Amino acid sequence: MASEKGVMLLDFWVSPFGQRARIALAEKGVQYEYKEENLTEKSELLLKANPVHKKIPVLIHDGKPVCESLIIVEYIDEVWSDKATLMPSAPYQRAQARFWADFIDKKVYDCGSRLWKLKGEEQQTAKKEMIDILQLLEAQLGDKKYFGGDSFGFVDVAFVPFTSWFYSYETCANFSVEGVAPKIAQWAKRCMERESVAKTLSDPKKVYEFVCFLKKKFGVE
Amino acid sequence: MGETLKLFGWKVSPYSHRAEVALRLKGLKYEFIHEDLANKSDMLIRYNPILKKIPVLLHGDTPIVESQVIVEYIDEVFDGHPILPKDPYERAEARFWARFIDEKVRPQVWMSCWTDGETQKSFIAQAKESLAILQGRLEGKKFFGGDSIGLIDIMACSLALWFGVMQEVVGLNLLNEDDYPELCRWGEEYRNAEAVKECLPERELIVGFFAPRKDRIFAKKAPVYD
Repeated sequence: MASEKGVMLLDFWVSPFGQRARIALAEKGVQYEYKEENLTEKSELLLKANPVHKKIPVLIHDGKPVCESLIIVEYIDEVWSDKATLMPSAPYQRAQARFWADFIDKKVYDCGSRLWKLKGEEQQTAKKEMIDILQLLEAQLGDKKYFGGDSFGFVDVAFVPFTSWFYSYETCANFSVEGVAPKIAQWAKRCMERESVAKTLSDPKKVYEFVCFLKKKFGVE
Repeated sequence: MGETLKLFGWKVSPYSHRAEVALRLKGLKYEFIHEDLANKSDMLIRYNPILKKIPVLLHGDTPIVESQVIVEYIDEVFDGHPILPKDPYERAEARFWARFIDEKVRPQVWMSCWTDGETQKSFIAQAKESLAILQGRLEGKKFFGGDSIGLIDIMACSLALWFGVMQEVVGLNLLNEDDYPELCRWGEEYRNAEAVKECLPERELIVGFFAPRKDRIFAKKAPVYD
C-alpha cells in the first residue's frame, strides 16, 4: 500500500462488523473512500492489508491498515477525538463499555447465525440463547436512552448493526424481539433516528434476502 | 486513588496471571483472594454475576471483569510501567495481536492438546500456522512490547509456561525450541522478568491440576475443576 493520505474502508455491504466502522466514521464526520469487497474473490489490497485474517472490515488510514471492527472503532474514537466521543472518559465506564462490546461480539453474531443455519432442537436451543442475550442486554440498557447513557456510544455502535438482522432472526426462529426485549426494540428505533445509523444499516428485508441466499448456499432447508 | 485493590483469582489460570502481572508491573499493593473454581464464592458471583469467572479486580467497591479489560483498566488508572502504547495506531496493533492470541492461538493450541485423530491433526496444523505468525510479530525483539513487557506479552503468557506444561501432560510436542526458537526465547525472557517471577505459579501446581483430570478434560474439551 502506498502511504497515501486519507481514509479508506474495505468492507462488505451487509456486514454488521463493517457497519460499526461506517457508523463511527459518520458520527465523526470523517471523509473516506468506501471499497466494496467481493468476498469470494478478495482483492490484492485486502489480502495485503489483512494478511492474517483476510477479512473485512479493514480501515486504511494514511496507508496503514487497522483490522477488527471494535479495534477500528476505538482507533477512530482516539484519532478523531475532537468530536462525538464514543468511549466514556472515566476508566470504570470504559471497562464496562469494553466488557459489553466484547460480550456482544462473542454472543450475538454466532447465536444469530445458528438461528438461520439450524433446525429443530438445535434451533430451539439457539433461540433460547438469543432471548437470554437480548434480555441481558435489555437489563444493561435499562431506562437509559442509549447504552452509553445520554450519548450514543461504543456499545451502541457495537450492537446497532445487528438490529437490521432482527427481522431475519425473528422470521427464521419464530419469535419477536419486541416481545422478549421491548426496551431493546425501542432503543433500535431511537438509534435509527440518527443519520449515521439510518444511512448505514441495511434494509432488514435485504438482510433477509441475503440470509436466504446463504441458507441456499449452505444447503439449509 | 487510595482505594484498596483485591484480585479474585486462581494461580493455575493464565487469565488470573494476566491481571496479577499488570498489578505488579505498576508496583501496586493488592490482596489476592484465591477462588476454588469447584466451589465459587458468593463474593465472586456477586461481583461477576454474568460470567461468574475469575479474574475479578475489585478496586474499592468497583468490580472489573475479563482479563484484557482488567489489564487495560489498570493501565489507564495507574501511572508507572506503560502497558499499552500511547500512539493510537500502535494501540490498535497491540489490541489486534491480543485478540489474535485469544481467538486463534489459545483455542487452537488447547484443542491440539485435547483432541485426537484427524480432528487433532487439523487443530495442530492450525496451531502451527498461528504460532508461526505470532512468532513473526516478535521480529527478534526481547518482548512483543519491545524492550519491556506490553499488552501482547501479557496476553501471550500461556505460551511462556502453561502450554508447555499442558502439552507435556498430554504427550504433545507442539511448542518446542526447534520449531519455535524465537517464541521459546521470548518465553524465557518473560518468565525471568521481575514482575512476572513474583506471580508465576510453580510448574508442579499446573501439572497437579491437569494430570489427575486428563481423561475428564479430554472428554469435555474444557477444564473441569472438581
